[in-house]
Amino acid sequence: MRLLNFLFPPHRHSAAIAKERLKIVLAHERAGRHAPDFLPKLQKELIEVVARYVEIREDMIRVNLGKSGETSLLEINIELDGAKPLSAVLRGGLAGAATAAPPAKSG
Amino acid sequence: MAKVVVITSGKGGVGKTTTAAAFAAGLALRGHKTVVIDFDVGLRNLDLIMGCERRVVFDFINVINGDAILNQALIKDKRNDNLYIFPTSQTRDKDALKREGVDRVLEELKQQFDYIICDSPAGIEHGAITALYFADSAIIVTNPEVSSVRDSDRIIGILASRSRRAERNEPPVELNLLLTRYDPVRVSKGEMLTVEDVKEILSIPLLGVIPESESVLRASNTGTPVAFDPESSAGRAYLDAVARFLGETREMRFVKPERRNFLRVLFGRA
Repeated sequence: MRLLNFLFPPHRHSAAIAKERLKIVLAHERAGRHAPDFLPKLQKELIEVVARYVEIREDMIRVNLGKSGETSLLEINIELDGAKPLSAVLRGGLAGAATAAPPAKSG
Repeated sequence: MAKVVVITSGKGGVGKTTTAAAFAAGLALRGHKTVVIDFDVGLRNLDLIMGCERRVVFDFINVINGDAILNQALIKDKRNDNLYIFPTSQTRDKDALKREGVDRVLEELKQQFDYIICDSPAGIEHGAITALYFADSAIIVTNPEVSSVRDSDRIIGILASRSRRAERNEPPVELNLLLTRYDPVRVSKGEMLTVEDVKEILSIPLLGVIPESESVLRASNTGTPVAFDPESSAGRAYLDAVARFLGETREMRFVKPERRNFLRVLFGRA
């Protein structure tokens, strides 16, 4: 039997492969579809706020809505490695904020 | 109460216009006053499929802009008194389909017709969204092929979130799956997704299965909705789908490989 399988490998129908691929890709896309509309806006505003204190690029903040068991999780990742603090001079006038600014290498 | 039905798919080339024409013809044959509207601004084709391309004077955009009244633009079908065609414009201005204008025209059509069939353009841009926005019911045209099934899933999501019914928190748009270009022989060989596969993946009710058939090209060549061809398997499958749409129970035909009939092979009818 093993020899037979070796000589004539069992043929997998392409329709079965299509179905499996579709199920996987759609499960992924459907999960993303139910993300609330405010996420992109939240991400933009977070960048604005953080940018008042440290120099930050758009790709340094990631906002994700996930699930852990029964709990919905809003996950916000801010990468600070390599971010430069803005000098107090540049922030001109925002005296109070100067002390609140975190050091660049916090993580 | 008039019903607005959108024929949509996401993907192009799956048979939306063929279905819109056949479905409208089928509803008209059943005695319902029906109009079929082309929403594909700039790529008008419903007129050709319906065989009335030389009778187009005014179009959808003319009526929206107030350059013509509705009854000047509606084309009465010569084969069935219940059937009307509402062609679109060949303008390149994609935003010519203004939502308020479309709303006004649809309300006016609802006074005259039982069914308003909206033939959506492919894609998920302005035209396609406008076509599905006002729908009470949607027919999702899908081929048993991965890209078509994926795009149908996307359109189902858009219908659930961006239609007027969704925005107003009204009962959702009624969804129906129409599987087209189905080849039972290839399915039996494991080369094509089965009806059950597609139904399971999209999980919406199945309205019908239209077999791959030579008669569809023959119908479009001559400008005849395929539902007007009683010889054609696709035409009969469309009439079955219309009957189910109207609430009747019909057995699914053309889903198993047909036995080769000697006479049929001899005379070459599909």
